[in-house]
Amino acid sequence: MIPELGVLSLGLALGLAAVQASLPLAGARLNAPRWMALAGPAAWGQFVFLTAAFAILAHAFLSDDFSVAYVARNSNSALPWYYKLSAVWGAHEGSLLLWAWMLAAWTCAVCMGSRKLPRTLRARVIAVMGMISVGFVLFLIATSNPFVRLLPETPPDGNDLNPLLQDLGLIFHPPMLYMGYVGFSVAFAFAIGALLDGHIDAAWARWSRPWTLVAWAFLGSGIALGSWWAYYELGWGSWWFWDPVENASFMPWLVGTALIHSLAATEKRGVFKSWTVLLAIAAFSLSLLGTFLVRSGVLTSVHAFATDPTRGVFILCFLLLVVGGSLALYAFRAPAISSRVPFSALSRETLLLVNNLLLSVAAAMILLGTLYPLLLDALSGAKLSVGPPYFNTLFIPLMAVLMAATAVGVVARWKYTDGRWMVRMLWPSLMVCLILASGAAVLAPSSPWAVGGVCLLATFIMAGGLRDIADKCRHLSPGLWLSRGLPALGRSYWGMQLAHAGLAVCALGIVLNSVGSIERDLRMGPGDAIELGGYRFVFEGTVGHVGPNYTAERGQVSVWRGDRPAAVLHPEKRVYHVQQAPMTEAGIQAGLTRDLFIALGEPLGGGAWAVRVHIKPFVRWIWIGALMMALGGLVAAADRRYRRAPRHPAAARTLAQVP
Amino acid sequence: MKTLLRILPLILFLAIAVLLYRGLYLDPTHLPSALVGKPFPEFSLPALDEPARRLTRADILGRPALVNVWATWCPSCRQEHPVLNRLAQAGVVIHGVNYKDDRSTAQRWLRSLHDPYRLNIEDAAGTLGLDLGVYGAPETFVIDAHGVVRDKYIGVIDDAVWRERLEPLYTTLLEEARP
Repeated sequence: MIPELGVLSLGLALGLAAVQASLPLAGARLNAPRWMALAGPAAWGQFVFLTAAFAILAHAFLSDDFSVAYVARNSNSALPWYYKLSAVWGAHEGSLLLWAWMLAAWTCAVCMGSRKLPRTLRARVIAVMGMISVGFVLFLIATSNPFVRLLPETPPDGNDLNPLLQDLGLIFHPPMLYMGYVGFSVAFAFAIGALLDGHIDAAWARWSRPWTLVAWAFLGSGIALGSWWAYYELGWGSWWFWDPVENASFMPWLVGTALIHSLAATEKRGVFKSWTVLLAIAAFSLSLLGTFLVRSGVLTSVHAFATDPTRGVFILCFLLLVVGGSLALYAFRAPAISSRVPFSALSRETLLLVNNLLLSVAAAMILLGTLYPLLLDALSGAKLSVGPPYFNTLFIPLMAVLMAATAVGVVARWKYTDGRWMVRMLWPSLMVCLILASGAAVLAPSSPWAVGGVCLLATFIMAGGLRDIADKCRHLSPGLWLSRGLPALGRSYWGMQLAHAGLAVCALGIVLNSVGSIERDLRMGPGDAIELGGYRFVFEGTVGHVGPNYTAERGQVSVWRGDRPAAVLHPEKRVYHVQQAPMTEAGIQAGLTRDLFIALGEPLGGGAWAVRVHIKPFVRWIWIGALMMALGGLVAAADRRYRRAPRHPAAARTLAQVP
Repeated sequence: MKTLLRILPLILFLAIAVLLYRGLYLDPTHLPSALVGKPFPEFSLPALDEPARRLTRADILGRPALVNVWATWCPSCRQEHPVLNRLAQAGVVIHGVNYKDDRSTAQRWLRSLHDPYRLNIEDAAGTLGLDLGVYGAPETFVIDAHGVVRDKYIGVIDDAVWRERLEPLYTTLLEEARP
């Protein structure tokens, strides 16, 4: 009985979404305040019913209701309760429900946070989000109903959750990622609202910025979490594969990064207006495309989700309506919002343009690399796969230029920057960075150019940032710059600095890790030892171990550095009972400058195993850097400016329209 | 010119949409290879373990065999490798095509993870892969004693795939090959 209430809730949510998508929009056109006022209540109602549906599905999982087909496919009575809960979004139907629920939650947040917006813009923004919601809830009901029952042949027990997903990192990875994907719908809705309104001003950019920043921060931490999971769970110590599913989440992040920068220029200087709108559309379109690529089975990947053409056709039609519709609207309305604000060749505007160009090119090149095998197949039937070589060759140089532009761009001033002044500002720090980088290159065990290059760029970003902080403080309060100047800088500024430092840390981690990683694959019997990178790994053998829904062989490896014990690692080889799937749990000792990583391969008889031993220097820096970027985004979104009543004349004019 | 620039995003997107629509019906896992029923393509490539020696199509004839396309950059190949080891131990003839890979890395991989391959063709430039229509690694072709491709499997061979799909065919081929 209860699961049927879930279907009913979905139906009611769909009805409310339809109301939210249509009446406020018509109201904004006909200037009918009552119709526009429906936007909020409809959004809240939708949120309530989707929450109910989500809770009902979660209840079905927790109470082992295997009469629900989705539960029977993805859960098992022996599964620990927290994995039962995360199994709700462990497969297609549930993760879509999570998507729709998050969209409703974001819409309610927009309702609450947008009371100061002009009434028509607010109605349009919420209506656009309603349209997206209609699409997703309809998709759920029509092709992916999670409440379908297996009656009367209820299976006695479930098929179990994919063992790869039975992991702490995977509990949080999809929700974080979806928070990002869905969050870009707000930026998208603001962009469409502006196109319908026909004008963009600083106030519009200021309203869009915090939403975009929060979405971007969630997406970034979701990607970092996924990469961390791949590193320790897949058992081969890599943290990025250029896999289509990873690319699908990385592209909106890159475009979103471009968007937060171009929004800054639009707010401060009124430039790049139509470009900003295009980026907002692109960021959300790529999020939808990501959903399409992952959920339709168009591209196969290690993530291997089910292939189902009907679902693919539905998502494709939806994409056509949303993306095609908004790009057509853009083609018609872009002249109304384009701006002509002059700026000189050396200015922060120019450098932000460089940033946008590089990030867009990077995203386009990843899109090409992801779709190229498909393109070739469609055109000629030839099949081809582009591996990491393609992506690395193109992506690394682009990012190197981007880092240089970041360091210079922070110091550059709006509108016009005196070239000689900038050289004076950066000259001393560049010298220091060069010395540090050459030192690092000399010390590097291999690839001195890569190590030197990344150290130069990373320290240059940090030094440029520090130089700018000092300069800003001196201007804000000469003499008292530590006590008065630093606090006066504002969260928006500190967020930017933190995120840029995160970029530097992440780049250092990536290069130092790929240059300095050492690994050995070898056969080890009990008592065997191996020396690697100054450590001595002694394999003590394995013992049997029984988990809640798996049995495992658990190895013990003691690691020595000289005469001192450095760590005891416990890599495991698990076999999950229901799906009979073998899983590798690596034994890892994490450290700030290096990880020790051991994974068990196959048993080779006589207690010996194929063992994989890695030393991964600076691998943690990659995720620390990514988290610093995300945190920077959140800090910037918390800036007081976004909550204070606008003082900008253009914003005041817009507000004056509200009676 | 400016108008063109404005509608360019729309045009690009529509092109991608057409592509994705076509992609939906190109099912990568069930697509029967155009090669099934045709002879295995001709090639002349170095052997992975002995680069001076050249392998040709004639070297893989005579017995039914699996031809497994693999690479060290392919994460799924690592997953598949133990299964191949087990099959090789059970007497199944497996040849490898080391696809777009680095020779020394590949040799190291085989030394440490055990080498299940009878012959290993080093296809560094991917030319044989192109002739075979390789979509990605791993892919496995089943050929009979005369070198005719009888089946192709895309993706990781696990015990279930072997038992249900490849083993019956392989056993039939062994029967056929018996004089």
